[in-house]
Amino acid sequence: MMDYIWAFVIGGLFCVIAQVLIDRTMLTPARILVSYVVAGVILTAIGLYEPLVDFAGSGATVPLTGFGYALACGVKESVAREGLYGVLKGGLSATSAGICAAMTFGLIASLIFKGKPK
Amino acid sequence: MNNKEYKKYVQNKATKSNLAVDCVNAFWTGGTICLIGEVLNKLYTPLGLGVKNTSGLVSVTLIFLAVLLTGLNVFDNIAKFAGAGTLVPITGFANAVASPAIDTKAEGFVLGVGAKIFTIAGPVILYGTVASVIYGLVLYIVNLFTPVL
Repeated sequence: MMDYIWAFVIGGLFCVIAQVLIDRTMLTPARILVSYVVAGVILTAIGLYEPLVDFAGSGATVPLTGFGYALACGVKESVAREGLYGVLKGGLSATSAGICAAMTFGLIASLIFKGKPK
Repeated sequence: MNNKEYKKYVQNKATKSNLAVDCVNAFWTGGTICLIGEVLNKLYTPLGLGVKNTSGLVSVTLIFLAVLLTGLNVFDNIAKFAGAGTLVPITGFANAVASPAIDTKAEGFVLGVGAKIFTIAGPVILYGTVASVIYGLVLYIVNLFTPVL
């Protein structure tokens, strides 16, 4: 039960931080998304994000910082396994399913649904 | 209080109350999406895919739902109210892919859909990936100078 509560609270807090940034700074939503992913990579690199994932589960992996976490974990594993080649391979390998899903579903959606009239 | 000061005062009040409301809405909508993610996570765990792939499958499911809701024109209405609550979870990324894809059909499938599908997803993937490459390089160099035990 606590898992669900912490996922809700931590996930919600990530959104509140972004909301404050959107309302109070010049950051556009697109910049927020980019910043969150890069922040996720950095926080994982310095060892702060992994404990948060253990603690909050989907509350930490579902926000876009979790995408950065997956990128960083992927590169860490593949550097350990494959050395220099793994530097290039790890990030996208670990996140390939999500990226591929977004592209595939997005394209299918564009075939099925009508766009908004401009 | 002159006119100018009053204007400033009103603006101040207005943005403040808006921020509070925005934050509450972002909190509970974003929290709910993560809660749904956690429920899916628990559902998928018995499949035995491992921790990383299970949370990947959760992301894929949320991406699917967000794309579907974008196509049905429901996502935008939720996002208007939720703000960062739908933007920050992986649903925001999925919406940023699906929404331009659907809206640029008229411009053709190569330079319309094909190019515009990456308007926001492109920078996200680019900077995220390059950040991971930098992290990987640092790890590689550290490993070189760490004696193997």
